[in-house]
Amino acid sequence: MLQLRQITKRFGDVLANDQVDIVVKPGTIHAIVGENGAGKSTAMRIAYGFYTADSGQILVDGQVREIKSPHDAIALGIGMVHQHFMLVEDMTVAENIVLGAEPGTPLSLDLKSAAAQIRQLSEEFKLAVNPNEPVEHLSVGQQQRVELLKALYRHARLLILDEPTAVLTPLEVEEFFTILRRMREQGKTVIIITHKLSEVLAISDEVTVMRDGKVVGWVQTKDTSAAELARMMVGREVLLRVEKPDAKVGSPQLEVRNLSVVANDGTKRVNGVSFEVRSGEIVGVAGVEGNGQTELMEALAGLIDPSRLTGETIFAGKNINGVGARRRRELGIAHIPEDRHRRGLLLDFSLAENAILGVHYRPPIAALAGNIFLDEGAIQRRANEIIKAFDVRPPNAALPARALSGGNQQKLIIGREYHVDPKLLLVSQPTRGVDIGAIEFIHQQLVKLRDDGCAILLVSAELEEVTSLSDRLLVIHEGKIAGEVDPRVATMEEIGLLMTRGH
Amino acid sequence: MAKFARDLIFPLIAVVAAFIVGGILILLVGDNPIVAYRLLLGSALSWPDGIGYTLFHATPLIFTGLAVLVGFRCGLFNIGVEGQLYVAAFATAWVGITWADRSAWLLVPFCFLAAILAGAIWGAIPGVLKAYFGSHEVINTIMLNFIAVALVSYLTQYHYREPGDPILQSSPIGWGAHIARLGKFIPGLPERIPLNLAFLLALLCCALVYLFLWRTKWGYEIRATGSNPSAAEYGGISIRKQIVLAMAVSGALAGMVGINEVMGYRYRYYDGFSDNYGFTGIAVALLGRNHPVGVILAALLFAVLQHGGIYVDGFSEHITKDIVQVLQGIIILFVAAEAFFRWSLGRFGFRSLRA
Amino acid sequence: MRDVFTWSLVASTIRLATPLILAALGGLFSERSGVINIALEGKMLAGAFTAAAVTYAADVEFGMGNASPWVGLLAGMLAGLFIAAIYAISCIKFKADQVVSGAAINILMLGIPAFLSGALFLSSGSTPQLPKDHLLPQSPYVIAVAVGVLVAATWYVIYKTPFGLRLRSVGEKPEAADAAGVSVSKMRYWGVLLAGVLAGMGGAYLSIGQSSLFTRNMTSGRGFIALAALIFGKWRPVQTLLACLLFGFTEAVSIQMQGAVKLPSGENIPVQFIHMVPYVLTIVVLAGFIGSSRPPRALGIPYQKEK
Repeated sequence: MLQLRQITKRFGDVLANDQVDIVVKPGTIHAIVGENGAGKSTAMRIAYGFYTADSGQILVDGQVREIKSPHDAIALGIGMVHQHFMLVEDMTVAENIVLGAEPGTPLSLDLKSAAAQIRQLSEEFKLAVNPNEPVEHLSVGQQQRVELLKALYRHARLLILDEPTAVLTPLEVEEFFTILRRMREQGKTVIIITHKLSEVLAISDEVTVMRDGKVVGWVQTKDTSAAELARMMVGREVLLRVEKPDAKVGSPQLEVRNLSVVANDGTKRVNGVSFEVRSGEIVGVAGVEGNGQTELMEALAGLIDPSRLTGETIFAGKNINGVGARRRRELGIAHIPEDRHRRGLLLDFSLAENAILGVHYRPPIAALAGNIFLDEGAIQRRANEIIKAFDVRPPNAALPARALSGGNQQKLIIGREYHVDPKLLLVSQPTRGVDIGAIEFIHQQLVKLRDDGCAILLVSAELEEVTSLSDRLLVIHEGKIAGEVDPRVATMEEIGLLMTRGH
Repeated sequence: MAKFARDLIFPLIAVVAAFIVGGILILLVGDNPIVAYRLLLGSALSWPDGIGYTLFHATPLIFTGLAVLVGFRCGLFNIGVEGQLYVAAFATAWVGITWADRSAWLLVPFCFLAAILAGAIWGAIPGVLKAYFGSHEVINTIMLNFIAVALVSYLTQYHYREPGDPILQSSPIGWGAHIARLGKFIPGLPERIPLNLAFLLALLCCALVYLFLWRTKWGYEIRATGSNPSAAEYGGISIRKQIVLAMAVSGALAGMVGINEVMGYRYRYYDGFSDNYGFTGIAVALLGRNHPVGVILAALLFAVLQHGGIYVDGFSEHITKDIVQVLQGIIILFVAAEAFFRWSLGRFGFRSLRA
Repeated sequence: MRDVFTWSLVASTIRLATPLILAALGGLFSERSGVINIALEGKMLAGAFTAAAVTYAADVEFGMGNASPWVGLLAGMLAGLFIAAIYAISCIKFKADQVVSGAAINILMLGIPAFLSGALFLSSGSTPQLPKDHLLPQSPYVIAVAVGVLVAATWYVIYKTPFGLRLRSVGEKPEAADAAGVSVSKMRYWGVLLAGVLAGMGGAYLSIGQSSLFTRNMTSGRGFIALAALIFGKWRPVQTLLACLLFGFTEAVSIQMQGAVKLPSGENIPVQFIHMVPYVLTIVVLAGFIGSSRPPRALGIPYQKEK
């Protein structure tokens, strides 16, 4: 049905797809698995015409096709449901579904007949939605149905689904798989991108495994196992265990009592969370992404407007409700944000200028005349210390941060945050998009900081990372702490259950 | 070095390309572009008139270019420079008129302060609206321009015009509020040429803006906000404060045009005095690649054109000084569409310049 | 205020609002597609000059008589289209900053029409007078009907046709439109080019409808008032029409009152304050003091697929 042949795609210095070959047979459910950043989405976005490949060919039904835009892909019977839904929030379900393939004449938009057609499709595939409802009122699961209907409405024969289960509850996942099987029965071909191996085994017929932009394996699902797939995905024996001595736990540094974060739409992203982090320990937060981790960390870092917060935050025995980011930093709270490009770095600024973010206004960086002026010498010294201690490459403080690889950018951020000798470190996704060598280094550094007596709160989507680094592990689900487990003895199943069911 | 070359080459290409397009236009209407350009550019080189007037014309453009630059560095587009300089010029005149009999020692600093503060306040309004109400500064500054023009015109017409004066202008400011023309200090430069101390102030401001933006913590915070507001916030910087601060500083710089105009040139407020200084400031900042040194160079170029425009008007048959506006527009358009040059250069094999 | 509301005031409100309505509807197409249009002023100037110059030529050189203003109108629309094309290529193809490009167009159009009138008619930046009977219709009835039809058509196109659906989707969430197979660039070109045609038409009405020649910078900010009306009208056709009428009314009042409006209490309102009304209202509405006015979500952001 679909074949990618020697597809190569580069983004700047990053080789996202390196001679990728994927063959998808008609009438099958084909899983593409790999870690974050392995190039799965890129390959599929190329197949859908969202990106254009630098080289290589795409074959549809055995013929070489040029897919320059989603328009071309749709014409060839390809549909795609993106990880971040491509829906116009303030339009209705029907408007979203017909957009670009409108019924009626150019002079009149026939939404009535569209609605009828949509109802018929939703009957056929058991995808219940109300065509006249504005999309912004729908739940995430319903929005996904709209996306599926959008593809079906365009007579897609091949559906590409990018991480479709990431936003679903386990019950919804079951329903969703039923829908996929029904589609296969109707002769549709499905590609599902995921990094969850249990799902791969449950739903797919064939699997393509990707790692570092390359295809590293193509197997029949019935002939493989989770262990084998995991080995291929990671490229080495999995279960990397971080060697660490037992924690020498001190007094509580951070106490969170009944903390809630209200989003602009009124929903509680964090819902009455209570826990504490003591000096000398790493407390991990595990959970499916989007269950309130981001908001929790931003709230603790002082980056969320106090009007959206309720509950209490106590740091080193003092109530810090309503205390802003600057003051929290001064008190000794450091923060390694989950998105280094959005939050962590000034990409157009030099490494030196990035190295002083957060301390730029106080001595020794700011000096003279009431600490107004920046001390160039002090800036250089600080930057070079960080570059040296954390092995940032290339070691040139004058380069813009943009010029560094992901791993080196991350090391720069970590170095900067460590440099202030924090009492509490908030760290999110410390190794996302970071190469293997840097990962180990970063892990060692976190343990070292812990052993120096820092309290660390760690959020990571990588279950392995968070279990192997943490001394205690909290599991978060829909903004609530679903439970606390001992990471040394808890099984993946146990944690996984808490992550998805919430109790 | 490569960066420096690139910083220089694209503005140069934009200017040359604009002159070529302008030349074609001149040809189309039946004049000789070489003659026209000689009038336009050549007249600026004569001493003392050409140079004196060019520097005089450059003065407000340096101020407005700096004003736009400070906004840009904070990620803000201050199209409101025109309104800010009107309000400031009027405020300067108001102080100069109200306390006309005071000594220069008192009056000059207070007039300066009036210009700077009025500009800063008028500039801070859209800053506050953006920071606290989320409304776009581009729209608000445009709207405030019109409000400013109407407001000062009302004040002049109803409250500060001398009885019976047919021209819409205020009464004169006190002698104590005059600042010296440079002719007083420079031999050979007659004092009738209105080039005055404000020009030196403009140069000083370039240095100060550089120091402020790149050597102080406040400048760092403004630039950080302009570069990535989320990261700035993460670094403990209040984005709202930076937006208001940057707009106020921008407005203050715009306001200093009032010093040149009122204290150094006309010695009164003259309604509608600005020859699009605020909008030309956008061109100056863009062509100067948002750097103080670039601003000086770009301001000089546009000043040369403005001065030359008068000669074109007088001495050529078909073309008028409007050619200056045309060239300015084309230059900004080309600077804005830098990607266009990257693309076309790339097509002709200069791949190293595409980045 | 009783004596303010006369029939002649209503008629002049309609006349004065017409260029605003045309330009604002143009702006609506452009901004709904996600492209900011601070260049309306420049496009109106282009339309005004071209219409006046071509009408003059058609009348004097070619003796087209009564048909000449219609030729002029067409030329004005084409001039707006041409300028819009430059703007569109710069913003859409080369992803230049929309505000900067818009400012460039405005500055350019302060120069070019005056430059060309100076060169072609050896004047100081204006075109020759046109005979009064060779102008566009000025009867308030005729204009009101024409404008009404245009607003209704705009409303229909925006809300009731596939074109409108696509245009709105591109302005709200271009990546969603792209994923649905809609070409974002194509829709934005349509939006910007339509804006050019309509703004050119608005400019033409200014020079060969309301007056009988082009003068230097004759729009004197009407493009910006149109933009203000668009924002005040919350980017919706009917509300925008009402906003334009309101702003046209303030202009009519200020003209009719020649200097100052007398309140029943005997106090005068200087004309400058009436001039400020549209701008103050826009700021107030945009800040959310009176209801809120939310721009299309993707307004001003060039669409880039591969980041």
